[in-house]
Amino acid sequence: MTGFYAQLQERLGRETVPLIGFLLLVVVGFALATPQFLTAANFSSMAFQLPALGLLTLAMLVPILSGGLNLAITATANISGLTLAWTLIQFGGAEAGFGAFLLGVVLALAAGGAAGCVMGLVVAYIGAHPILVSLAMMIFLRGLGEFLTRGGDISGFPDFMNTIGHGTLAGIPVPLIIFAVAALVWHVMLKRTRHGFSVYMIGSNIQAAEYSGLHSKRTLTLIYTISGMICAIAGILMAARFNSVRVGHGEALLLVTVLACFLGGIDPFGGFGRVLPVVVALVILQVLSSGLNLLGANQHLSTAVWGLFLIAVMALRFVFARLSEIRRRRE
Amino acid sequence: MDASETKPLALRLGHVSKVFGGVRALDDVSLDVREGEVHCLAGENGCGKSTIIKIVTGVYQPEPGAEIEIFGERREGISPVQSRARGIAVIWQDLALFPHMSVAENIAFDGLVGARPRLVRTARLRPAVEAVLTRLGVSLDLDAALNTLPIAQRQIVAIARALMGRARLVFMDEPTASLTQSETDRLLEIVRTLSAQGVAVVFVSHRLAEVLEISERVTVMRDGRIVGVFPTKGMTQARLGELMTGATLEHAVSARDRSGAPPVLDVSGLSRAGDFADIDLTVRAGEVVGLTGLIGAGRTELAHALIGMTQPDRGTIRLNGKPFRPASIRAAIRAGIAYVSEDRLSLGLIQPQSIADNTVISVLDRIRTPLGLLSERRKARIVDDWIAELAVKIGHREDAVSTLSGGNQQRVVLAKWLATEPTLLILDSPTVGVDVGARAGIFQIVRRLADQGLAILLISDEVSEVLFNADRVLHMAGGRIIESFDPHATSIAQAEARIYA
Repeated sequence: MTGFYAQLQERLGRETVPLIGFLLLVVVGFALATPQFLTAANFSSMAFQLPALGLLTLAMLVPILSGGLNLAITATANISGLTLAWTLIQFGGAEAGFGAFLLGVVLALAAGGAAGCVMGLVVAYIGAHPILVSLAMMIFLRGLGEFLTRGGDISGFPDFMNTIGHGTLAGIPVPLIIFAVAALVWHVMLKRTRHGFSVYMIGSNIQAAEYSGLHSKRTLTLIYTISGMICAIAGILMAARFNSVRVGHGEALLLVTVLACFLGGIDPFGGFGRVLPVVVALVILQVLSSGLNLLGANQHLSTAVWGLFLIAVMALRFVFARLSEIRRRRE
Repeated sequence: MDASETKPLALRLGHVSKVFGGVRALDDVSLDVREGEVHCLAGENGCGKSTIIKIVTGVYQPEPGAEIEIFGERREGISPVQSRARGIAVIWQDLALFPHMSVAENIAFDGLVGARPRLVRTARLRPAVEAVLTRLGVSLDLDAALNTLPIAQRQIVAIARALMGRARLVFMDEPTASLTQSETDRLLEIVRTLSAQGVAVVFVSHRLAEVLEISERVTVMRDGRIVGVFPTKGMTQARLGELMTGATLEHAVSARDRSGAPPVLDVSGLSRAGDFADIDLTVRAGEVVGLTGLIGAGRTELAHALIGMTQPDRGTIRLNGKPFRPASIRAAIRAGIAYVSEDRLSLGLIQPQSIADNTVISVLDRIRTPLGLLSERRKARIVDDWIAELAVKIGHREDAVSTLSGGNQQRVVLAKWLATEPTLLILDSPTVGVDVGARAGIFQIVRRLADQGLAILLISDEVSEVLFNADRVLHMAGGRIIESFDPHATSIAQAEARIYA
């Protein structure tokens, strides 16, 4: 039994197994509390809500691993969404063709990537703190977006965009597929590429990494550029889901992404953490919020429960770390 | 000596044991320190020196049956507050000061933390703080933020803070680990001042030269036990090293003539304003060239220019016969230079990360599959090969490198660089924080590498280290190489006299 458990931990990561246990607990709890929970409708609605937050969390994850933070993720997603909307409008709004959409996607990715790249360059070569740099970028992008849209909505997109936001493929919601692919790519990037390796090393000790021959400045630039690009994908997804773009869309998700990273066991000081437990943490947050919603609690209560949940997890982790230390000393 | 025999005891420990898990960190240890005495506690890392300090200061409680007597008062155990109230203070290696507070605030800190909240008048602190510094015979800018001071001065602040708390027994944990020779001399002077004023000092160190210079008696520990208490008069470094390690260490000049081998590194007229000037230096294949001198002589700065961390103003570098001017450390690594930094803790290794990752960090290209992804299997193979090759003692290759001892960490650093298959290895103070016993192991590896044809530049401020392990020794001072010693024709005393002149 202990052997199986140890092997499971080995395979999935130390943080993942308790989180999965907690997820099961929450699911069973809600299933007993309300018959509406274990329904296809509920699962489908969760599957459509999760991906935007999930993609933004991936955008937050790697900067935190490198010892930084990206506070500009929602603003970058918005400005990328605006770029797509602007392109579509140039080609006739609701009448725009698929080619125009593809062009818009490329331009949106370029906008997100550029915003991230600028942050990365400033962090890497000027040595400014990522919190300051990304805060400045967030304010700049939000101001720019509000100036361009005069604070209003842009809507009227072609019908096929609906598929991206609301369609399914072989019964699986398209947004969920996009998120699953992105999460898999992130996992491989962090575990199996030179860039991922550098992220962890730089997150622990950037100077020692540089002395060991890693190109820390280039790595930092790439980290924020990639973060900006995944924000763009989140922005495109949000545009497709809401069928409109507005500066400030999804702003409340910013700190939730940080919450999800820490729940998923990402070291707030950088250097340690994996994608899988963060994904499980995201699912737990979504289940909590949907379940409470079904029970008739309002949105704000579920936010409060999220916060309590993080505090509880931190306390439990502390207790378990202590226990295992005591056990190790006994041995 | 006779006068001090009769002095009352500041501290007496008897039958002190401490068990962690199944490990006996201290086994029936006895120790006595007289008032005003400078007493050395010597032993390799992990022998229990720090555990003793932590028991005397109340951080750990000893196993039942222990006797602790502090200034004549017998007790079974002690709490941190009781310990401090009885005049015991510790200068930890990391100093435990407040980097953003001023010198005066740091020194007066313990007096500022009152039982009741109250306002602090900084002006009132000054006379007391000044009095303490005068007692130590030093002057410092009281308003400077602590983090603007060099390490040596921060240490003085820590000592002054202990004296503000009316310390009568001061433990110093590896106080000279990060000091230059002249700073060390100044610290030893302060220790003598304290002793003359009746403050007992327990000096924990594994730098044998200092141990012998400063103390009257030395207690040697090994594996949690006391080996013995010895007067330092008549004790030699070699004998002390043997007592600490339990093994006879060979100290012999190993220099050979390599002047026939082809040059690997050929530097001429290399200069960088403010760092070094007109450096001519040749290191041949299979040759170990020692570079010594005081800290601040420009040795590390020269190494940094050779590896592309900084750019020289003038002069030429030739590597394996070809002109060479690295733009970055990556260019230097590609060209075949490996640099073992003097600062293993913050530059040499990424301490929290795994042994495996720290080993392959320099050769990521070699663990890539044809698809360009990193392969765990190739990584494991490279790591296991090097661990076996350099006889690194580890638990598991995925353990954090910080869990290893200093000597084994240094072997991981060597593995990381040897994996790049360099032609020139620059070792900058490779034995800082490495035990006496483990040092010999490091130098055996160095010698073997030289025999295999690697050119090695060995930078060290320990004169004996370069004389015993290098084929030629260069003396650097004020940014210039001013002379060279032949290890066969120069004694340690002669070389030290020239260097510390």
